[in-house]
Amino acid sequence: MTALIDLSLHEAAQALRAGETSARELTLACIARMEEVDGHVHAFLAQTPDLALEHADRADKMLAEARKGENESLSNLVGIPVAIKDVLTIRGVPTTCGSKILEGYRPPYTATSVQRLIDSGAVILGKTNTDEFAMGSSTENSAYGVTHNPWDLARVPGGSSGGSAAAVAARMCFAALGTDTGGSVRQPAAFCGITGLKPSYGRVSRYGLIAYGSSLDTVGIHAHSAAEMAVLYTTMAGHDELDSTSMPGAVEEIQLQDGDLRGIRVGVPKEYFIDGIQPAVEAAVREALNVLGDLGCELQEISLPHTNLALPVYYIIAPAEASANLARYDGIRFGPRKNGDDLWDTYLKTRGELFGPEVKRRIMLGTYALSSGYYDAYYAQAQKVRTLIKQDFERAFERVDLIASPVTPTTAFPIGAHEDDPLAMYLEDVFTLPANLAGVPGLAFPVGFDDSGLPIGMQITGPHLGEAILFRVTHAYQKATDWHNKEALL
Amino acid sequence: MDLTAEEVRKIAFLARLHLTDEEIETYARQLSAILEYAAQLQEVDTANIPPTATVLPLTAPLREDTIRPSLPQDEILANASSSEEGMFQVAPVLEQEP
Amino acid sequence: MTEFEPIIGLEVHAELQTRSKMFCGCAVVDSVSATANTRVCEICTGMPGTLPVINRRAVEFAIRVALALHCEIAETSIFARKNYFYPDLPKGFQISQYELPLAVNGWMMITTNGEEKRIAIRRVHLEEDTGKLTHRQTNSLIDYNRSGVPLLEIVSEPDLRSIDEVRAYAIALRSLLRFLEVSSADMEKGVIRFEANISVRPQGAEILGTRTEIKNLNSLRAMAQAISYEIDRQSRLLANGQEVRQETLGWDEGLKVTVPQRGKEEAHDYRYFPEPDLPPLHLERSWIEEIRAKLPELARAKRQRYVDELKLNPYTADVLTNEKDIADYFEATVAAAPDLPAQQIGHWIGGPLFSLLNDAGIKIRETLISVEQLSELIGLVELGKISNSSAKAVLTEMFASGAGASQIIEAQGLEILADSAIIDGHIEKVLVEFPDQVQQYLLGKEPIFEWLFGQVMRATSGRSDPQRLRQALARQLRALDKRQPPA
Repeated sequence: MTALIDLSLHEAAQALRAGETSARELTLACIARMEEVDGHVHAFLAQTPDLALEHADRADKMLAEARKGENESLSNLVGIPVAIKDVLTIRGVPTTCGSKILEGYRPPYTATSVQRLIDSGAVILGKTNTDEFAMGSSTENSAYGVTHNPWDLARVPGGSSGGSAAAVAARMCFAALGTDTGGSVRQPAAFCGITGLKPSYGRVSRYGLIAYGSSLDTVGIHAHSAAEMAVLYTTMAGHDELDSTSMPGAVEEIQLQDGDLRGIRVGVPKEYFIDGIQPAVEAAVREALNVLGDLGCELQEISLPHTNLALPVYYIIAPAEASANLARYDGIRFGPRKNGDDLWDTYLKTRGELFGPEVKRRIMLGTYALSSGYYDAYYAQAQKVRTLIKQDFERAFERVDLIASPVTPTTAFPIGAHEDDPLAMYLEDVFTLPANLAGVPGLAFPVGFDDSGLPIGMQITGPHLGEAILFRVTHAYQKATDWHNKEALL
Repeated sequence: MDLTAEEVRKIAFLARLHLTDEEIETYARQLSAILEYAAQLQEVDTANIPPTATVLPLTAPLREDTIRPSLPQDEILANASSSEEGMFQVAPVLEQEP
Repeated sequence: MTEFEPIIGLEVHAELQTRSKMFCGCAVVDSVSATANTRVCEICTGMPGTLPVINRRAVEFAIRVALALHCEIAETSIFARKNYFYPDLPKGFQISQYELPLAVNGWMMITTNGEEKRIAIRRVHLEEDTGKLTHRQTNSLIDYNRSGVPLLEIVSEPDLRSIDEVRAYAIALRSLLRFLEVSSADMEKGVIRFEANISVRPQGAEILGTRTEIKNLNSLRAMAQAISYEIDRQSRLLANGQEVRQETLGWDEGLKVTVPQRGKEEAHDYRYFPEPDLPPLHLERSWIEEIRAKLPELARAKRQRYVDELKLNPYTADVLTNEKDIADYFEATVAAAPDLPAQQIGHWIGGPLFSLLNDAGIKIRETLISVEQLSELIGLVELGKISNSSAKAVLTEMFASGAGASQIIEAQGLEILADSAIIDGHIEKVLVEFPDQVQQYLLGKEPIFEWLFGQVMRATSGRSDPQRLRQALARQLRALDKRQPPA
């Protein structure tokens, strides 16, 4: 039999149902795997083996009842070990957002998305590394050390949900939750050769997602395949009365038929195939488009004319929102405090010394963009241009069912490559930001490798609340290809 | 768009961030570069374009005025670096700011 | 010396008495008496990851006030973040409204020295309250029970021209909030708080002077003193050819002076922007109309009705409508005793009962006298079963013990003497006892009659019906007169 950690989520669920293994056994296998490889990868900021085994034992009870026929509608998540990005709260479990300013913080409540996984029987293995407050594209901005890409430990796993992507890629867990504000789930999925979903804004509750850019933040998923992600997505998606920006109404059912994609119109935006894109990336994405064509998709070139403005819009709006979202970190109610001469000095010291450089940079950028005299030129103007970007997508989706593009211009870069040039780092997100600005869902999946053996991802984007078609197309692609089953040799 | 050290100091104070002189210099340079990049937004004609504050086609939901249990006092205070008599403790608040 | 005219606008913050807070389910409690930090949760303490959800009743209360102030209500209004750092503000920003507030362009009538004046209301908006700081020598302590309580901000135009008008406006607004049942509007507990902006200009001038703002005025007295001080200060400055600095001031209760809160404004750039966690607030017209239809009668309208329909005198109508609880008590008594004249009920509540309440320093809702008990007492007076003066004594006893009128009258033998033989007996005794006075009366000194009347009344412990006593006394004196030989 395949080692437990090498099973797919569905195979593991099947084995659990059949009684071939137990949730406890499966959880212990993941814990053993963490002990084996996380010293090299550093995907986790907090491992929670006690909590995991408690969840596992509860899952085993549910499974035992199911085998006695007492619980018919058992979720495929029962007994499945998953990891949670450290910007989502779990009651009593250390939650740092990769920041010194939250060192030792144990939230008194659990995020809705995580609670829904727990309620469905999932096993929580721990909290994964992230760029501080999800600000970054490499996890290098974590105050607790960088995460290493399981495909090449000298390279970044992407970010900000790099810990979650690396944990899944290194098979320390079956799936993981990340968050995506500008590409933070999709980009690390591409860098780590796994599948990642950024749902529509409003589809998965943000309650308990520690805010970075509130109008852009989403809770996303990492797994090896679309089919596995669908299990978590179905569990989490849907209205939450604790989140005023959560969409009411039923969630469209995910149908994973095989193969036939006839009649699906795929738009290929010319603005996404730009100079500077790594040739291997373009080649792999073109090849994947051919596969979609073979499966019945109709490909057509489209234009998203305001694409080049997404980056400046994003780097005004997200920091502006962040500057307010991060004002609560003052060392009074939670987190450590750096005492100064008086209270006002304590504010300055606590925030000045405990926030990292990228966080301070963005807080300042956002503060500036909102400040008196600059608001109209920066923040208000960015909101208007955001409208143009959103309209680009709305017009495109009148003609096509989804939009396909690369996830990133390049494959994973070496640790330290962008150390002193924030703008170059920001350019990593150029293909993923527009979906956040428009609020539409995006799904990244592996479509090949470059010469160095690093994974390449493709992104498909759908209309708002159009997750179902993204799942369907990705699943068909993954039935027809094998890229998502390739494993990092770690 | 070049930010002076003085402007950076002012922003840092508004954001309550203590910065070293070295940081001020670095941020002046980096923020200037980013703002210069963002300046291309100002070339876009947005005369008749409404702003997008939220992408959702929603209006604010209203919850019924019902009481949900509060958290126990010790749980609320558990994360505070300093508390006294059931309250969060800070250095004396002087009415005057620096 | 030049006469200066003050130009004053008031900004009022009122906590709304909903059951739960503005954006979370924690209970709204009396923040003065509740144990610190026991009505708080992850949301109102600004724990990372939390989100606000608007309380429907808070919006309803705000609409009620806006309608009563004749405002235009925005079908779509927007919440915004007001950014500043202070230990009582857990998120580092307050959720408030800035552009597109809930309501604008209203007005309220005030009366000063019998003159009516219309004060324009600029805007009414919803926001959340902050926590409370306790300042001590060596540290400050924070209680977040009040954090997140719905707060209504009502901003007037600078239409007020005197301390009297300021006071009338404040009292009228407090009365309005109470009659609408949205707030206790209790100033002592900080449930409503005032800020004033003040400028002065030479009498008759057109342009406005530089204004100052006085924050945190927490009693009518402090407000009157502070504004009056500030008017004097500014007038003196201008009279001396100096300038008024635009600044934010505080009121030093001990020294009775306004003091600059230096740097406060300069340091603050509130960086308002739309709250991304709350989509726009949309109000259905039908809901607004539903609320309008259910608006209670307010003090001014009540007063008018008491005078016009219930034929109360204007003074009594004033007393009864100054406080909602008193008006409610009056109306409940009228309803409980439809056969009694409303004027009499108004007289008893606005007169004797009101005095008793004031002397005891209690509120009408705390009185032991039920409306049924009060109407019974007034009924007995109306039926002539008890004299007015006895009734006052009975009311005092009822007020003290909570006993019913009949019970007290019986126990103390206060019922009016119905047997005329007994009254005649008392008269005879008095006439015998004071022959000199009788003689003087009979010689034409008529005022002596009243003195004799008083003696008999005292002799009957006030239980005589004055009308009947008067007749009987006159009859007996006439009889004596007949026995006298002509002078």
